[in-house]
Amino acid sequence: MMTYFKEIASGFWSLLAGMAVTIRYFVKPVVTVQYPRKKIQMSPAYRGYPQLIIDPESKTHRCIACEMCARMCPSQLITVEGAKFPGEKQKRATKYIHEHQYCSLCGLCTEVCPTSALEYSKEYRLVGFRREDAVLDHLILLEKRQKAAGLPPTPIPTAEEIAAAAAAEAKEKEAKAAAAAAAKKAAPAKEVKE
Amino acid sequence: MIELGIEEKTYTLNLGPQHPSTHGVLRVLLEMEGEYITKAEPVIGYGHRGHEHMAENRNYHQFLPNMARVDYLHALAYNQGYCMAVEKLLGITVPERAEYLRVILSEFNRISSHLVWIGAYLLDLGAFTPILYCFDDRENLLDLLDRITGSRLTYCFYRFGGVPLDLDDEFIAGARAFIKRLRTRFKDYNNLVTKNVIFINRTKGVGLISQEQCLKYGLTGPMVRGSGIPYDIRKSEPYSAYPAFDFEIPIGDKGDIMDRYLVRLREMEQSLRIIEQALDKLPNGPIMAEKVPKRVKPAEGEVYQAVETARGEFGCYIVSQGDVKPYRIKLRVPSFGNLSILPELAVDTLVADLVAILGSVDVVIPEIDR
Amino acid sequence: MELLAQFLGTDVGRLIVGLIGVMALVAVNALFLIWMERKVSAHMQLRLGPMEVGSHGFIQTVCDALKLMGKELITPEEVDRPVYLLAPIVVFLPVFLVFLVVPFSRSIIIKDMNVGLLLILAFSTMAVLAILMAGWSSNNKYSVLGAIRSVAQNVAYEIPLLITVMSIILMVGSFRLTDIVAAQSSYWFVLTQPLAFILYIVCATAETNRNPFDLPEAESELVAGFHTEYSGMRFAMFFLAEYTNMFIVSAVASVLFLGGWHGPFLPGVIWFLLKVYAVIFLMMWFRWTFPRVRFDQLISFAWKILIPLSFANLLITALVLKLR
Repeated sequence: MMTYFKEIASGFWSLLAGMAVTIRYFVKPVVTVQYPRKKIQMSPAYRGYPQLIIDPESKTHRCIACEMCARMCPSQLITVEGAKFPGEKQKRATKYIHEHQYCSLCGLCTEVCPTSALEYSKEYRLVGFRREDAVLDHLILLEKRQKAAGLPPTPIPTAEEIAAAAAAEAKEKEAKAAAAAAAKKAAPAKEVKE
Repeated sequence: MIELGIEEKTYTLNLGPQHPSTHGVLRVLLEMEGEYITKAEPVIGYGHRGHEHMAENRNYHQFLPNMARVDYLHALAYNQGYCMAVEKLLGITVPERAEYLRVILSEFNRISSHLVWIGAYLLDLGAFTPILYCFDDRENLLDLLDRITGSRLTYCFYRFGGVPLDLDDEFIAGARAFIKRLRTRFKDYNNLVTKNVIFINRTKGVGLISQEQCLKYGLTGPMVRGSGIPYDIRKSEPYSAYPAFDFEIPIGDKGDIMDRYLVRLREMEQSLRIIEQALDKLPNGPIMAEKVPKRVKPAEGEVYQAVETARGEFGCYIVSQGDVKPYRIKLRVPSFGNLSILPELAVDTLVADLVAILGSVDVVIPEIDR
Repeated sequence: MELLAQFLGTDVGRLIVGLIGVMALVAVNALFLIWMERKVSAHMQLRLGPMEVGSHGFIQTVCDALKLMGKELITPEEVDRPVYLLAPIVVFLPVFLVFLVVPFSRSIIIKDMNVGLLLILAFSTMAVLAILMAGWSSNNKYSVLGAIRSVAQNVAYEIPLLITVMSIILMVGSFRLTDIVAAQSSYWFVLTQPLAFILYIVCATAETNRNPFDLPEAESELVAGFHTEYSGMRFAMFFLAEYTNMFIVSAVASVLFLGGWHGPFLPGVIWFLLKVYAVIFLMMWFRWTFPRVRFDQLISFAWKILIPLSFANLLITALVLKLR
């Protein structure tokens, strides 16, 4: 008999304890942020889409079109093309396309790049109406960011310039190959002579 | 006119793939007699994405982001299991500071997974507020993890040989503040949920799992610990930095839903203890092993590495034939075994009890279907 | 003006003006209660609730009602048509009629019947009929299950409700609601009958199918309840009936236990409405705190705990009154 009343009393008391918790939270300030009107600061390590770093010395990107990132990407969504322009020591990227609709933000491209040319952007407001809106052309985006930062934009090489550079490189290669063949011919002739 | 000679027929009810109470796309075919269930049969496969097939066509580095998508609630532990398996194959030793970092982040992730479970389970039972309190705590936790890993849910953070980024002072201060805050919140959870007479009546004595059933069905995780068997891989087959920490394994005694709930609640407290000790004893040193090959091409062999996740034992079995791509990766997921006991538990229960039992098994369907 | 006073003097006049007033009250009450529920639940859950339409979302319910009115009224083929179409009306009518006898203040009462309380209790039971009509006519096994559960729940919780109310009647000696309010002019009955108040609130929550007793409308169970097959405005009628029922049981609670329209400074109507909405807040507070009670536990709770306690309360009241 007594346990019956004790159970009722303890059950009732537990319900009151629960209600006390809820009413305490009722008068606490809310923890939500009304998003479009107030925005939250993203953390410094936040992973937005990978973008080209603007090198503080050369004021342009560091990509040498080695295609390590394209080979490493699990979803094979990076397309890089590059050319060696006359007068420069290394290749330079002429096209960098990143299809963000397949990206899983794994960060492998950022880590494997030999010149550390990629970083995570802090953009999270990615909106579009078609799937193609998610395809990012990084050289164009780089221009926009340089303009916004007041730096001179890196011109994107046109098709003719690339063809001309490729032709110039081919010529150089031929000249080098001819010089190497001539040197080879001269060397055995020298030996024969001796 | 009353027809004579009608036998009691059972009717079939379909707890379909889209339903608020099944956590994911799970279909349960129920045969019911009146209000009671005579047979329950889970039908899986609605979420099959072919992770193991993908593993055969990508090299070891490229498979890293897949691990987080297998179980998104405790993704860091799955990352850890896979990385440890490959490190075993390559023969790399992870430096001590990296092991401590891995433990801290995985334990934080375990807390966030248990918070989701408590909130979602109480939502199944009809209480609408605890889920929002749990998610409020979880927001702080995810912001903390976001500072280091850059992601909130599907982390792809650990690499072969260590971790790529180090902690900073703000993270450590934030972590300590979070530990203090969560400990005060446990009092609120106890008052609002654990001691509530309605909750106790719905969970005590329901869904009993005996110890023989645990061994017969191959259950792992809180299901087993709720029935009284103290099996936790972090203590039975210690890996990573766990031997350095002093923590307990909470166990229940009867194996009903209340015991499993209490086990998970206490596991959160034990995770907080581990994190505190790890932050106190954090050694200095490198966070990445020295000689990690850029092209991972392990020798021929096979390896199995098990870790303890929030749901149970996750095992990663890799067979390598000396190529850049693995020959086969088999993922042993805990939810698959844990769900197999549902047909036996569901006989002669009410539908409301079935929802409660299914919630207490803590399944994540994408990891069953992989 | 004199014509109006004369009109109000006659029974028919009071009835017509009263019914118009009640219709307005019911509509405004439903709008306000839905907004209040969303705001109360939001703040208990540490969020804001509707904020966009109107300042702090005041006009949100109007927009939702307009949206519901624009929905297609889908009638499934195999339903029992007359019963199916009548059910939303039958669920709403008794709740509406109860307003005839509720005393809003000393003089605002449509018809001061000497069996006022009996009328209220009789009409509240009719709501059960409507639920059964809705569930049965829908030709859907989930609706029938939900309706049967709801009927069992309502019938089981009627009994402690009636017995608890009887203890108050014993104290007052009459069924007339104005007499009950007048008897509380010095102190409220909640002070001398706290157990009856608690029992009444619990039974009222079960009668109106609110959490923790809302199994008939539970969303996370298989059955979506007796109103599965209703869409658009018909569904809105069930909702409207539920919120108006909440108002009615809170009004009865404030009349029986909280002193009706008694109170200093402010006019009686304001005090009455304040007390009604305070009891409604209490019911909302329950909803957002507790999980759902399982069906067999619900029935056993009514039979094994509430009925003995209410009988004990009645006995003690009778003894105390006799020995006074």
